[in-house]
Amino acid sequence: MSMNRNTVSKAKAAALAVAAILGAASIAVAAQPARQNRNAPAAPAQQAPNFDNVQIKVLPIRDNIYMLVGQGGNITLQVGEDGVLIVDTQFAPLSDKILTEIRKISKAPIRFILNTHGHGDHTGGNGNLSKAGASVAGGNMLGPIAVAAQGQGGAAPAGAVATILAHENVLTRMQQSIGGQPPSPDDTLPNVTYISEFKDMFFNGESIRLFHEPKAHTDGDTIVYFRRSDVLSVGDVYNTNNYPVIDKARDGSILGVLKALNHILELTIPKDRQEGGTLVIPGHGRLSDEADVAEYRDMVTIIHDRIKDMVGRGLTLEQVKAAKPTIDYDPRYGSGNGPGSTDRFIEIVYNDLKAAK
Amino acid sequence: MAEVDLSGVWNVRLHEDLPERIPGPDMVEYHGVPVNDANRARGLAWDPSILTLEEYQCRPHPSDYFTRFSPERIWKEIDSETQETKGIHIRKEWQAAERTIWMDGRERPPAYAVHSFQGFSLGKWEGDVLAVETTHLKQSYVRRNGLARSDIATTREHYIRHGDYMTIVAVIHDPAYLTESFIRSSDYALDNKRNIAPYPCDPVVEIVGQAKGYVPHYMPGKHPSEFEYADRYNLSHEAALGGAQTAYPEFMEKALAAKKR
Ligand SMILES: [Zn+2]
Repeated sequence: MSMNRNTVSKAKAAALAVAAILGAASIAVAAQPARQNRNAPAAPAQQAPNFDNVQIKVLPIRDNIYMLVGQGGNITLQVGEDGVLIVDTQFAPLSDKILTEIRKISKAPIRFILNTHGHGDHTGGNGNLSKAGASVAGGNMLGPIAVAAQGQGGAAPAGAVATILAHENVLTRMQQSIGGQPPSPDDTLPNVTYISEFKDMFFNGESIRLFHEPKAHTDGDTIVYFRRSDVLSVGDVYNTNNYPVIDKARDGSILGVLKALNHILELTIPKDRQEGGTLVIPGHGRLSDEADVAEYRDMVTIIHDRIKDMVGRGLTLEQVKAAKPTIDYDPRYGSGNGPGSTDRFIEIVYNDLKAAK
Repeated sequence: MAEVDLSGVWNVRLHEDLPERIPGPDMVEYHGVPVNDANRARGLAWDPSILTLEEYQCRPHPSDYFTRFSPERIWKEIDSETQETKGIHIRKEWQAAERTIWMDGRERPPAYAVHSFQGFSLGKWEGDVLAVETTHLKQSYVRRNGLARSDIATTREHYIRHGDYMTIVAVIHDPAYLTESFIRSSDYALDNKRNIAPYPCDPVVEIVGQAKGYVPHYMPGKHPSEFEYADRYNLSHEAALGGAQTAYPEFMEKALAAKKR
């Protein structure tokens, strides 16, 4: 892995400073948000679910890329000689099970945890999995992740952690109390962040680009592009079971979601007959390709266009709901409750478009 | 056990439901399809210009719709050790679509695996009938005028050979978009002198300057030719809008009671 000079951004320095102020990583496992709708991407504020019966299932995707499905956001695993890289970590109580599955695939140390965004169903296991690994540090790498390099001759000493990398806004939001939820546990916080449009890495013989998708599902969304494997891990800007969940408390927006979906379509290249080729690991739901994302993009666009038209004609929210702008997609994506509910989606799109009017 | 051999090149016979197959269905010609309200709304929102988008230009028909179209080559994949049929392959001429019907009873992929236009198919012989169950289909259409078939649909097909003729019956179950199973039969004739031609396809820009992210669709209530088809053929509008009742013989009178209603 190469950490080039520009990775020591102000953002990273800030992140490390924060980590230092917070001191030793908390080992308390906070109750992570559960989801009212089992398939919906999480948004804040529910009770602790029961994880005892959750099984972590592994789907080999391509070459050295795997998708792990348990409860919470899908996990992407990239393994190789350099170590293990994980995109998103589900809930903290699942970390042992996740680690068991990772160890069946690779014994190499966990070096990187990337977060597509800050929600607890994607970051809850950050602390546990980070502590199970260690970054190669030194050079211009500072702070807790550098413990590994302090004259230890390679072996990861006690206190070493893997890098937790996310967009700067993820760190900011995870430290805030939002919607009555406490801030995220200290040990789950990103210890390296980026603030640019995208961030490049090279790991396990593969170039990896992290794209920031502004104000989409949240204000800290990242989609991760594994360029050699031709796999995108996109987090909650795309899911296969529900209408988009847009977290207004974290400054998500319908236009951001649409932009992100169109960006995914720009990056994906089908192999043949408009399918296969670039594979897309959604935040929740099944493995996809361009055709699936196109279907979802169409759906979101069509509903957006309808509500925009209704807002333009001066309809109230109640009138918009009564006009059933999602009727043709409800049997597939609709749900009656939770953050991904049909009503909530209509409300958010309506309010966004009304504000933009 | 002796099994029927379906190998060979089969040419589709289009005499049944010809106008709906070639040239193809009209806009808002939904009769005979057990659509629910959601599917009807999808149909009415469907603007054919969506086919100009690059993501759509080279899509093949899905396996359930493909039984209605295109010559096909069928061949068996034999396990060299056991000499048992491991799979039956089908190559369609149009859009060069290929599928495999696995005969070895392998496990289906998990629910979270990727779906495809042809889906994942397992087959078994029920007497002389090849019965095929397909899952993992990509979202597509039951009729190529915008009526949707979702990616949670499953299908059952029967391949029935009578000498040099074959009937394929396709039954679609779609909990999202159909109120009951949708059944279609299609006939094929053996034509081993026919070649299955290649079918390259490369998406191009069809409409210059189309805005990024533009998705053609009709706004609710703004379909430009909603009952053009029904009125041309003197059908009732209820018939044109489809639904399970329109598939049954008793409906015929209502269907024809057009302008008076
Ligand atoms: Zn989320």
